[in-house]
Amino acid sequence: MIELDEVAYSYGGDALLTAMSLSLAPGSFHFLTGPSGSGKTTFLKLCYGALVPTEGQLRLFDTDIRDLNRDGIAHLRRRVGVVHQDCQFLDHLPVTENIALPLTVSGQSVAEHGGNLGELISWVGLGARAQALPPELSGGERQRVALARALIQSPDIVLADEPTGNVDWEMSQRLLRLLVELNRMGKTILIATHDLSLIRAAKAHVQARVLRISDQRLKLAGADL
Amino acid sequence: MKTVLALVRGVLSTDAQADRVVPPTGFTARLTLFTATAMAFLAVFAIALSLAAGQLAQNWRDALAGTATLRVQAPIAEREVQSSRALAILQQTPGVASARLISEDEQKALLAPWFGPDVPLAGLPVPQLIEVTGDSYDAAGLRLRLQAELPGAVLDDHGRWRAPFVRAAGRLRALAWASIFLIFGAMGGMITLAANAALSANVQIITVLRLVGATDAYIAQAFVRRFTLRALTGAAIGTAFGLFAIALLPRAGEQASVLTGLGFDGSDWLWPLLVPPIAGVVAFVATQYASRRVLGSLS
Repeated sequence: MIELDEVAYSYGGDALLTAMSLSLAPGSFHFLTGPSGSGKTTFLKLCYGALVPTEGQLRLFDTDIRDLNRDGIAHLRRRVGVVHQDCQFLDHLPVTENIALPLTVSGQSVAEHGGNLGELISWVGLGARAQALPPELSGGERQRVALARALIQSPDIVLADEPTGNVDWEMSQRLLRLLVELNRMGKTILIATHDLSLIRAAKAHVQARVLRISDQRLKLAGADL
Repeated sequence: MKTVLALVRGVLSTDAQADRVVPPTGFTARLTLFTATAMAFLAVFAIALSLAAGQLAQNWRDALAGTATLRVQAPIAEREVQSSRALAILQQTPGVASARLISEDEQKALLAPWFGPDVPLAGLPVPQLIEVTGDSYDAAGLRLRLQAELPGAVLDDHGRWRAPFVRAAGRLRALAWASIFLIFGAMGGMITLAANAALSANVQIITVLRLVGATDAYIAQAFVRRFTLRALTGAAIGTAFGLFAIALLPRAGEQASVLTGLGFDGSDWLWPLLVPPIAGVVAFVATQYASRRVLGSLS
């Protein structure tokens, strides 16, 4: 689904990531860890086409990302659910419309997906907050809205950047359970996090591969995790 | 062509959901509305000026067309004889419809502004005037014949009086059209600036839309539709105000000049109705241009 072959990314002449090779198989569950500023977010952005590698080849659904223009990337991105670290929303729209946004921009009728939308909102436990505006939500609620929005189009891959960064332990466990459940439905999951306890907790429920970014390179993490 | 049609369809469509993805923006909305209103108001006046100038040029062209004056300059004693010979020559000239002596009373009336009503014409060496009508005679040939047979007769076909006025009216009309182009150009510039400001103020929105898979065309359409509809609304208001103001202007009927003839008659009233759609097209093109630039720079 996502294949990286000696991918590097530089910005302003400074190398941020170098010589990264990886293949994310369908239905796999990966954690990406590393210290703050190590390049986890940059790596995820490369994976959903927000950034283009400066070296090497990155294939998303068998398509070289460099062969695509902005509209081509936009179409591919509809198959990738992204849960952003800072949960970017349209603050003037209520929760339901924010969750339905991927349908709206791809020209699909929200009314036709009304059932799915309602189910999804209930599944992430936001039934009572459906008409709230994003600024009125707590950190955990925002993360769940971001997760629901990432899933509304039933994407093949879910990329989550620090999805439990702004929530308490109980909420982080709840979010993790949702992601594990998704993986059991066959979705490919890649979670960037520096929270090692989250990784340990996940390993009790799912067979997860842990990757670490260190010295600008991608490595398989040790058994201590 | 397909892309343009898709964009036009996008602007005309009523996708309420798509409309809501861009939040209402305060000052750019007001700026676009105000600019379109003011420019449409001015455009209506420029159109009226252009039509009035065109009508005036036509009036001046028609007023003296087909008439000429033959001036017979001769000593008082010979004036009557030479005038009769001139009349005879004119009557023999093919294309001359009529020729008649201007009576003493008519000549007095012509001189009255300078010499008063009781000027004694009989004792003054004023030329005898002959009014000539007809527009198919050979003026150059007639002049040559008069020069040979009546050296004191001068044919004036009024061309040198008409030409500067007709030229001036034509230039006034061209200026009015240039003003219309400048008005729509300025409107396009202002709307481009407003759209640029709106897009730049909504970078966060654009980032979110791209994150969830929106294409540039979708994002641009949301802004283009909004600005085009605002410009259409503003231009419709400005046109209505302009037409109302024109309707209130005093009319001078037959004696119309540029100032007193500013207005619309009959089918002329349809011209200002083109202002709102043209404003819409200008806004559409301006916002498309601004969107492409801003979205390109944000990639």
